[in-house]
Amino acid sequence: MTPMVDLAFLLVTFFMLTTKFAPEEAVVVDTPSSTSEIRLPESHVITIAVDKDKRVFFGMDDDEIKADLLKQVGAKYGVSFTAPQVQAFRGVASSFGTPIEKLPALLNLDSEQRKSVKQEGIPSDSLNNQLIEWIVTAQSLSRKQFGKPAYIAIKGDGNADVPTVKKVISLMQDKNINRFNLITDLETKPVAGN
Amino acid sequence: MAEIQQQASGGGKGGKKRAKKMSTKIDMTPMVDLAFLLLTFFMLTTTFSKPTVMQVTMPVKEKEPNKDPTVLKASDAFTVLLGENNKIYYYEGLLDATTKPELKLSSYDANGIRKTLLDRRRANPGTVVLIKPDDNSNYKNMVDILDEMNITDQKKYALVDISKADQDLIKNSGL
Repeated sequence: MTPMVDLAFLLVTFFMLTTKFAPEEAVVVDTPSSTSEIRLPESHVITIAVDKDKRVFFGMDDDEIKADLLKQVGAKYGVSFTAPQVQAFRGVASSFGTPIEKLPALLNLDSEQRKSVKQEGIPSDSLNNQLIEWIVTAQSLSRKQFGKPAYIAIKGDGNADVPTVKKVISLMQDKNINRFNLITDLETKPVAGN
Repeated sequence: MAEIQQQASGGGKGGKKRAKKMSTKIDMTPMVDLAFLLLTFFMLTTTFSKPTVMQVTMPVKEKEPNKDPTVLKASDAFTVLLGENNKIYYYEGLLDATTKPELKLSSYDANGIRKTLLDRRRANPGTVVLIKPDDNSNYKNMVDILDEMNITDQKKYALVDISKADQDLIKNSGL
C-alpha cells in the first residue's frame, strides 16, 4: 500500500500547490464560444462583466492595489471606508456591481450575506459614470505598481445586448483604451473553406 | 489506529526486567482515506485552464470627427448586418441615398456567412467587411461574427454602428 499512499500524497501536494481557487463571481455570466486559443493572462486583469440584464460589473485581481483603488475612487465620490471595509474589499474586488455610495453597506455584510444581495450594476451612463472611474484608476495604479497597464477583459453574457457592450467599449475608447479581450469559451476550429 | 502489539514476554525468569520489545504496526487506512479525500477535493476545485480570450482592437477615436481619413471604395465594401433573433444579413457595396444594394439573408453556420465571405474574398481580395450589429442583436452574435473573421482569416474588418438606413433596409426587405 505504501507506494499508493506515496502517490496519493504526491498528488495532494501537487494539487494543493497548483490550485488557485476560482474567484467568487458576483454574477453568472454565460460566455459565448469562439475559436480563439489565446489564454487570459494569469494576473493584472481587469474584468468587466456584462450580464443579460444590462448590469455591468467590475473586477480586478491584483491584491496589491485593491486598497488604494478603493480609497482613490472613494475619495472622488466623497465616500470613505473604514479599515475593516477595505479589508473586506479584497474579497469583493474580484467582481462587484454596486454603486460606490452603496459599497460601504455591502462591505459591512459578511461573505455569506453578500452572496444573497442582488447587486444592481455599476452606473455607467453619462451623468454618473463610475465604471470608467474604476477602470481609469485601476489602470493608473497598475501602471504605477507593475509598470504596465492591466489587461482589459470583457466578459459578456451570450444574451447580453449589444448596446451595453458597445457603450462599455466606447467609454474606454474615450479614455484611449483601444485594446480589449473578449472572454469566450473554447470551441474547436472548423476547417476554413469547407 | 495505531496498535501496539505486545509480545508475550518470554518466560518469567525473574531477575532483570527487559525493556519490552515493541513491534509497532500502524493502520494506515484512515490516513489514506484522508489523503484521497483531499486529493478529490483539490482535483475538483482546481481551475486549470484560464478562459480563452478574443482580442479586439478598436480604432482610436478621432478627436476631430470632420476629418475623414480614408474613403472606402464601394466595390471593396461588404456589409454584414446582425439583426434580432440571431438573423444575419449582408449586402455588397455601400448604402447611400442613390444606390440600394440588395440585402440577402444568411446564417451563422458553416454554409452561411462563412462561405459567402470566402467566395467574396476570392473574387476581390481587398474586401473590407463592415460589421453592424443592430441594437436588438445579442452579444453572442457579435462574438460569432468576429470569430468568423478569424476563421476566414479576414484581415480588414471593422465594427461600425448601425445606421438608420441600414435598419430601414432590413425592415423593408421583409427577410
